Amino acid sequence: MFASGRLKRGEASALSRARTEPRAVRWALIGAALLFLGFFLLTPLVVIFAEALQKGFELYLESFKEPEAWAAIRLTLLTAVIAVPLNLVFGVAAAWAIAKFNFVGKNVLTTLIDLPFAVSPVISGMIFVLLFGMQGWLGPWLQAHDIKIIFAVPGIVLATIFVTFPFVARELIPLMQAQGTEEEEAAIVLGASGWQTFFRITVPNIKWGLLYGVILCNARAMGEFGAVSVVSGHIRGSTNTMPLHVEILYNEYNFVAAFAVASLLALLALVTLAAKRFVEWKTQRQAPPRGLD
Amino acid sequence: MVLKQKSILPGFGPALGFTLFYLGFIVLIPLSTLFLKTATLTWGQFWEIITAPRALASYRLSLGASLVAALVNVIFGLLVAWVLVRYSFPGKRIVDGLVDLPFALPTAVGGIALSTVYSGKGWIGQYLEPLGIKVAYTPLGVIIALTFIGLPFVVRTVQPVLEDFHPEFEEAATTLGASRLQIFLRVILPTLMPALLTGFALAFARALGEYGSVVFISGNMPMRTEITPLLIMTKLEQFDYAGATALAVVMLAASFLLLLAINLLQWWSRNRLAAL
Repeated sequence: MFASGRLKRGEASALSRARTEPRAVRWALIGAALLFLGFFLLTPLVVIFAEALQKGFELYLESFKEPEAWAAIRLTLLTAVIAVPLNLVFGVAAAWAIAKFNFVGKNVLTTLIDLPFAVSPVISGMIFVLLFGMQGWLGPWLQAHDIKIIFAVPGIVLATIFVTFPFVARELIPLMQAQGTEEEEAAIVLGASGWQTFFRITVPNIKWGLLYGVILCNARAMGEFGAVSVVSGHIRGSTNTMPLHVEILYNEYNFVAAFAVASLLALLALVTLAAKRFVEWKTQRQAPPRGLD
Repeated sequence: MVLKQKSILPGFGPALGFTLFYLGFIVLIPLSTLFLKTATLTWGQFWEIITAPRALASYRLSLGASLVAALVNVIFGLLVAWVLVRYSFPGKRIVDGLVDLPFALPTAVGGIALSTVYSGKGWIGQYLEPLGIKVAYTPLGVIIALTFIGLPFVVRTVQPVLEDFHPEFEEAATTLGASRLQIFLRVILPTLMPALLTGFALAFARALGEYGSVVFISGNMPMRTEITPLLIMTKLEQFDYAGATALAVVMLAASFLLLLAINLLQWWSRNRLAAL
């Protein structure tokens, strides 16, 4: 801040006016931005709940009494319960190796971890069909041993793990890199064991980032559509996750039921957004106040 | 050559070992099947599949619609980021939080919601149809869906740069007699350029591969509203694995080129910011 302190009052207010636009321009810009967001975000969000409730609350609740809806909810939960913890362990291990140590090939490894984000969901599902499907490399062997992966639950879980693979690692790597290694080194020098250091020093430092990574990973795991659609085979009541069930109901013109299941997923999305806000608020309070550079 | 710098911290071996093992089994081995499968095709067959008229039409739609959607997002993303950083208005924090909705909302849910809103009888579609604008089951519908899923990228890349922007630059420019528009175009916009380009590339890359939100609104007519991921899906359903694989390789190559471009852009913008 080089000048403002030494300016006379009139000049200072002229400068602060210089950083903003006339009132009319301001409100026109705000209006245009809100209109855009209204058309593209708010209307679709509201329509989900409006369509789900259009025939009344009772019929809305009725949609969840269908055994197939229940089966879809159960499968979605099961998939997330397997995929999220696995990717959590992976994310922590990868971040520990990449953020706390220097080794050859670190950048390549970081890029490879991001790879699933660069792959179209359809391709993410398809690679597991190529590997485990009937015409796939392991297909004949799996069939001989009566193991079903594609068009069955294991395939859905594998495809979900693939698409949610980078989330936790990607949150943790920059966070742990920024925190450096001094605190852990001090703990080791003072005689703490590796696990003690990890649980008493590292985990408290990264807990909010970790939580955020898990929330994002879970949201995607429960909501993935394209990849799961390829490997599921769409067997009602057996290999349909919630998003796939939404698709089937919608294509059968059963809009109330489709949007009822969709409304649960939309609520999950809103909870995810709220959790993101909460974590940001927590980490901002934790972070030291920023200097005036 | 030293493969790893000495450190007193434990656990490097097991952590890296597990990382490589998991990466190999979940990502690298499954992805490699794509290339092994393509290798069963001759060059002639491969070329024939990827240049078939239906494939070419799908590239045109996927590339064109993704490009338009990403451009729309550059303009409105900049506007939204600007309004959120510079101005205050009621409900601003809720709006700020809502920007990430397309990241959190499952694509299938976004897809059915958009096609309901923009269909001929929908909340917005019913006003567009009398004007002769049909959205659902046209390429315009594809653009709308891709704009929706790419919306957060530009906002979230531009927002932090705008927040960190030094007021001194604007003050100096004002003192030197520049108008607001001049300051925006010649002082602020050049600083935002790397972030805008990164946001554009991220939105474009995401749009290219998108499937769930598009299939409901596009109508999926071959040659007209069929995006490349959908064509791959169709081939898979017909058990034409070789055909699907060839198209997947083309898409993957495009994604990697974009990923490379994004990394270069981020490297460029870091250097630029460091130089400021």
